[in-house]
Amino acid sequence: MHWTEYFPPLMEGAWVTIQLTVYSTILGAALAFVFGIGKLSSNWAIKGVSVAYIEVFRGTSLLVQLFWLYFALPLAGIAIGIDLRLPPVLAGVLALGLNIGAYGAEVVRGAIQSVHTDQHEAARALNFTPRQTLWNVTIPQAVPEMMPSFGNLAVQNLKDTALVSLISLGDLTFRAEQIRNFTQDSTTIYSMLLVTYFGMALVLTAVMRGLETYVSRWRTARS
Amino acid sequence: MLFGYQWDLSSPLAFAVSILPILLTGMVVTIQATVLGFLVALVLGLVWAVLKAAPSRFISWPAKVVTEFIRDTPLLVQLFFLYYVLPEYGIVLPAFMTGALALGIQYSAYTSEVYRAGLEAVGTDQREAARALNLSSARTFTHIVVPQAAPRIVPAMGNYLVSIMKDVPVLSVVTVLEMLNVAKIVGDRTFDYLVPLSMVGALYLIMTLVASTGVRLLDTWLPKQGIPLK
Amino acid sequence: MTDPIIKFDNVVKRFGELTVLDKLNFEVNRGEKVSIIGPSGSGKSTVLRILMTLESINGGVVTVAGEPLWHERGPDGSLVPASEAHLRKMRAQLGMVFQQFNLFPHMTVLRNITEAPTKVLGLSKKDAKDRAEELLELVGLADQAQKYPHQLSGGQQQRVGIARALAMRPNVLLFDEPTSALDPELVGEVLNVIGKLAEEHDLTILLVTHEMRFAREISDRVCFFDQGRIREEGAPEDLFTDPNEERTREFLKAVLS
Repeated sequence: MHWTEYFPPLMEGAWVTIQLTVYSTILGAALAFVFGIGKLSSNWAIKGVSVAYIEVFRGTSLLVQLFWLYFALPLAGIAIGIDLRLPPVLAGVLALGLNIGAYGAEVVRGAIQSVHTDQHEAARALNFTPRQTLWNVTIPQAVPEMMPSFGNLAVQNLKDTALVSLISLGDLTFRAEQIRNFTQDSTTIYSMLLVTYFGMALVLTAVMRGLETYVSRWRTARS
Repeated sequence: MLFGYQWDLSSPLAFAVSILPILLTGMVVTIQATVLGFLVALVLGLVWAVLKAAPSRFISWPAKVVTEFIRDTPLLVQLFFLYYVLPEYGIVLPAFMTGALALGIQYSAYTSEVYRAGLEAVGTDQREAARALNLSSARTFTHIVVPQAAPRIVPAMGNYLVSIMKDVPVLSVVTVLEMLNVAKIVGDRTFDYLVPLSMVGALYLIMTLVASTGVRLLDTWLPKQGIPLK
Repeated sequence: MTDPIIKFDNVVKRFGELTVLDKLNFEVNRGEKVSIIGPSGSGKSTVLRILMTLESINGGVVTVAGEPLWHERGPDGSLVPASEAHLRKMRAQLGMVFQQFNLFPHMTVLRNITEAPTKVLGLSKKDAKDRAEELLELVGLADQAQKYPHQLSGGQQQRVGIARALAMRPNVLLFDEPTSALDPELVGEVLNVIGKLAEEHDLTILLVTHEMRFAREISDRVCFFDQGRIREEGAPEDLFTDPNEERTREFLKAVLS
């Protein structure tokens, strides 16, 4: 097998990796907003659930979470009489999204808190409801603050997708492992694998930078 | 190591109690890998930081590319690379050593940034003031730069120590018997993954809680009076 | 003749150990322009912040247009602490111009002014825009509607702040040191706008300021605040030229020299 023949299966795996990254990053971003805002809630039940989610998923290892969802959850399902067997793709997206969402929630919380109290006072003086203040005043100003960290988390998430190969999901790393088992050509295949991830990370970083410029365009408007 | 180990499957609780000792032996391996990986990251990160700050672009630029490459590629793939490729060049390390090395290399890219940011935060005005007072450069470094940079560097390094700990389970793929691998093997043998994997989760929560508390205590203990942080 | 739109009745405000307002009694009549002067830390701004419901009170009663602000009548007629709904209703009568402008940095000038009328008052986009353009005309910034706050000078930003507050059609407009954050050469343009408002509208104005000459020009009455109380009040001519109290004399001497 010539090394150029590695490309088709690797590209196939790369496509799975891209999909995993996109879906789990979107899921993670949604969870980050829900629980990041939830942690700031004055309702103790919402606050408690948010804190518990953040602490559990930041306090344990992603691989433990992935294995738990894939191997242990179905058994928990049997115990309560529900079929909780997850296909690998779903277990992968869920584990990645839940994990990155917990880190993202802390970013969202920090960015929301960084918005100056002046802004809340102005909103109160104009008689906005707390909800209107959150969505119209606080969050639009907090989002640009979040973007650099979100960019790092997205790249982190891309790297973390490699772990789903361990529950036999056919991502980039899984395909590379298959080729290596077949050819024993470790140096070539792993070098190609590293370079592919690096390239994807560079593209993802550029995309996140673009997104950052877009959401903070009001800051850079020229006179 | 798991041959001949006895577990009690009569109830989930009895099962949990019976496998706790073996999970704790896995935890010891996890801690060892964490500490070793952290030490590698501290030393190698310092090397990168020095190279990146080198006056010559022929040194600083490659160092930047290499650390960016390390930072942007998955730990798992780096681990595979070390584990399968190094032996082809005659370097045969035990799996545990390879794993700790991979952890250290991955995190050296992050620690180098911590050193850089910490040292840069001590402004040139401080160095100029030290020169005006005729302090030697060694003395400037030990008495002026380090005391001001340390309070910035230590907490960030502590956070990476906790991160490394959470990445140790990746080492299970090269047969290192850390905590998750032990739990997985117990699950494979007993067909009960729920109890061992949940226990690993709980033990991880305890470990990260203890580690982050330790980092916070270290942080409060460091003298930082009069140093403008942030 | 007296028709107090604002009334402070034995109002106490404490921050921890510090008593900022010490049983304050204070009234403002409908349509009156009142300036509050005094040393920093005398509780001047706190009066405005209590009225805007940005600070709560620890004792006494504040009434706005005859209705208690921080209280509402319970079923038995006694006063109970106000609910958020009551505060919202009461806030509709008041507007505030802040020392630091507090414009929304992520909105254009026009949206800064239209956002609350559309979201809070339920005005149509078109009506809110018409109202905003009229107000921008009034403050002399008709050509800046599409800019973001950071693209404007401090004086222009504060004029937008005034337009934004006016867009809610308040009965009482509170100015909290509106020119203190401005470079000296920009103070004039903001004072001109406030002066024009005071002259042409029947708006009730409560102004906390360090601009003594301006306070004298526009006010019907000036109150000298010291240590959480009104030490002296009166028509600007009397208070500025011939104060009764020694403290007032000292203060005026210090700021006017």
